[in-house]
Amino acid sequence: MPQYTLQVNGQSRQVDADADTPLLWVLRDELHLVGTKYGCGIAQCGACTIHVDGSPMRSCSFPVSRVGDKKITTIEGLSADASHPLQQAWREHDVPQCGYCQAGQIMTAAALLADTPRPSDEDIASAMHGNICRCGSYPKIKQAIKAAAKK
Amino acid sequence: MTSNRREFIKLSALAGGGAIFGFQVLVSCKTDSSSKMIEAALPDPDQWFDLSAYVKIGDTGLVTIMSPNPEIGQNVKTSMPMIIAEELDVAWKDVVVEQAGLDTDNFTRQVAGGSQSIRFGWKSLREAGAKIKHMLMQAAAKRWDADIASLQVSDGIITNSAGETLSYGELAAEAVDMEVPETVDLKDPKDYKIIGQGKTNVDMEGIITGQPLFGLDFARDGMVYAAMKRPDAFGMSLKDYDDSATRAVNGVIDVVKIGDKIAVIGKNTWAVIKGKKALQATYVKSASLESSDDLSKKMQEALDQLSDEPKRNDGDVVARMDEADQVFERSYEAPFLPHNTLEPMNFFADVTDDKVELIGPIQTPQWQRSNVAEALGREESEISIMMTRQGGGFGRRLYGNFVVEAAEISNAIRKPTKLIWTREDDMTFGPFRPSSAYKFKAALKDGKITGYHLTGAGVKMRNACREGFFPAGCLADLRIDSHSIDSNIPTGAWRAPVTNFLAYAEQAFFDELAAELGKDPVDLRLELLASAQKGLVGEVEYDTDKMIRMIEVAREKSDWDNRGDKHLGFSAYFCHNTYVAEVAEVELTEDGPRVKKVDCVVDCGLVINPKGAINQIEGGIIDGIGHAMYGDYAFEAGKGSMNNFNQYRLIRMMEVPEINIHFIESHDDPTGLGEPTLPPAGGAVANALHSATGKRLYRQPFVKELEVLG
Ligand code: FES
Ligand code: FES
Repeated sequence: MPQYTLQVNGQSRQVDADADTPLLWVLRDELHLVGTKYGCGIAQCGACTIHVDGSPMRSCSFPVSRVGDKKITTIEGLSADASHPLQQAWREHDVPQCGYCQAGQIMTAAALLADTPRPSDEDIASAMHGNICRCGSYPKIKQAIKAAAKK
Repeated sequence: MTSNRREFIKLSALAGGGAIFGFQVLVSCKTDSSSKMIEAALPDPDQWFDLSAYVKIGDTGLVTIMSPNPEIGQNVKTSMPMIIAEELDVAWKDVVVEQAGLDTDNFTRQVAGGSQSIRFGWKSLREAGAKIKHMLMQAAAKRWDADIASLQVSDGIITNSAGETLSYGELAAEAVDMEVPETVDLKDPKDYKIIGQGKTNVDMEGIITGQPLFGLDFARDGMVYAAMKRPDAFGMSLKDYDDSATRAVNGVIDVVKIGDKIAVIGKNTWAVIKGKKALQATYVKSASLESSDDLSKKMQEALDQLSDEPKRNDGDVVARMDEADQVFERSYEAPFLPHNTLEPMNFFADVTDDKVELIGPIQTPQWQRSNVAEALGREESEISIMMTRQGGGFGRRLYGNFVVEAAEISNAIRKPTKLIWTREDDMTFGPFRPSSAYKFKAALKDGKITGYHLTGAGVKMRNACREGFFPAGCLADLRIDSHSIDSNIPTGAWRAPVTNFLAYAEQAFFDELAAELGKDPVDLRLELLASAQKGLVGEVEYDTDKMIRMIEVAREKSDWDNRGDKHLGFSAYFCHNTYVAEVAEVELTEDGPRVKKVDCVVDCGLVINPKGAINQIEGGIIDGIGHAMYGDYAFEAGKGSMNNFNQYRLIRMMEVPEINIHFIESHDDPTGLGEPTLPPAGGAVANALHSATGKRLYRQPFVKELEVLG
């Protein structure tokens, strides 16, 4: 089985995995970083969103063999002490319902804000379009992103 | 009379401690799990004292409250402990909440879903907190040799008449030995400090930092992974299979046949997903292979039949229809739907000679304990179940086929095993929201409704109707019939069972009926209710005054009477003991109609946690709109039509309207909020779409009937 050295949340991590293994399962099963969630496996729900060199990526559809030395950030590594403006806003707005989609929502939103610090409503809706919240926490997600953008 | 602490634990369990039900559950919320971060909580104790099954108090005064019911996103893990903390009189920042596992000695009905016991649970949770507070006060009175009536309590500190203080932490060790009072006084709601305050989800920090909270996140050393291949249509059985390609997949450890299913065991999730895909299995027909079209025909036929035992039969509807000037008739039909919780089904099982250990997301742990006992031939006393946080429920996790599967696999291979259903499994193996159909007939004579007849038919629905709901009680001649259509497609409860579609059909019918009578649809409802106020016909489940108040508030808040050329749609419904009116606004854009706004009026009694309440209300409305607009699923030859989100459309952020929520202030006992805002949503939207486009919608999903914009 091939071995890969991955740059995850600022650390170098070695894993054995088949080349076609989606990064999602490497993160969850091998590195025990389970904040990144499985929802569909086909890049349709956004639950597995991580950052690859700062860009949002669906880890369920990103084979480990293609990662190379790109920098991976997961929800666990978004901030040192849960102090990212989005994490603060999520707390203040009590966004989650079941909570399962929320790591993916936050990671997509973080990439949006890094790119567009003052997003319009349309920017938010279109950036977040790939993230399903089955519980319907969308109004809170939107409010929290706007609040974080002001910080 | 008093009892000792052990008995108290038993008694409080019998009194329905865990009796608060899922969906329905209390409005909830939590101000600040983050309060722990913002406001420093008391330090961690060296020693904890068990005061009851619900409450442990540490020597520093930190309090642990056990949450017995499964948390599926309905916020019980925050709202139920809030109720205990209120009567216990501790500061919420000093409360730590822990999930309890299945414990039928100490809790009853650890269920998420269903509904009846809320009021009962509301009382028993308050009493559970108040009794412990009383024990702590007894301990303080003893220390000071004071009269208990002379003591004051606030935020876990007891003060005597001399101004001396003792904290709960200092008294916990002594309180354990105090007698448990038989009865306790409960607070006057005006003194509430926690109930009615918005409290943040207690699992907030874990959720926003990606900690392992959910079933799928659970892992243990030495655990193997499993995926299950099942017959690919209902009505098919396994004939034979070839697992050579599967065994060749890197990481696959074993392949085990269990009845009609084949389990692939491996070292990680990807190995078992790949191994399962590589399985070659052939199936043979063993029962009928059904299609939605055939079932639809059967339902439509049933809608023309009178049942032998009508659910309700006031007056003589058949005679009223015969003598009417006109019989106004419409019918409505809904598809099957999968639940699609975002966390797919999964469970951990470790079966050994000594025990069966089960861990994961389940709404009905007690039921699954008996299912697993039966499947494995084990004693219930050997089986433990721990509930994790659950990535959505919506009724799906009431049914524990995946729990039994996990136990069967672990039993076969005798290893700690984590079973995962892929999304494809999750969307195709059910159970499903049953497909259903309704026919409404109104007898009209001299411009009045003289008879009303609702007939429902659903796939394996014991009762497709709700005979105690409006407009029952308002008309002397009203009949309700229900028919169940048999099938081998598994069906079950889906958020707001029955009413999730019945309410839509009825609210759409009312709108059209009012138009036929030349009346405002709000006036029509109020007229019917006014006649019920004068003389209710038979028994009903709703309260006419509350129904009227909700409708009037909705009329005012949505500015219904001044709607001008705005396209509004009105809907008002009572279910799950809660009154909800929704007024949707649709705007016509260049690209088509779009749902712009929903005004929602809710009477759910006392609101326990306004933050959680708002989340549940918004979630229910969005779920209701989403599934009415887009939810589509069908069977052909026993096989489901879709298996993932590239085919199945769920509502997304850009399709969500602005939502304004208005609570009707109330001190009545709290009712549930997880379900009742869903049923009225589809009707409000359909009626607004009619206003905007002139088109009536008789079937869901609406996107198949009309070009609707997201
Ligand atoms: S799991 Fe990757 S997008 Fe759904
Ligand atoms: S909070 Fe449940 S899926 Fe988003």
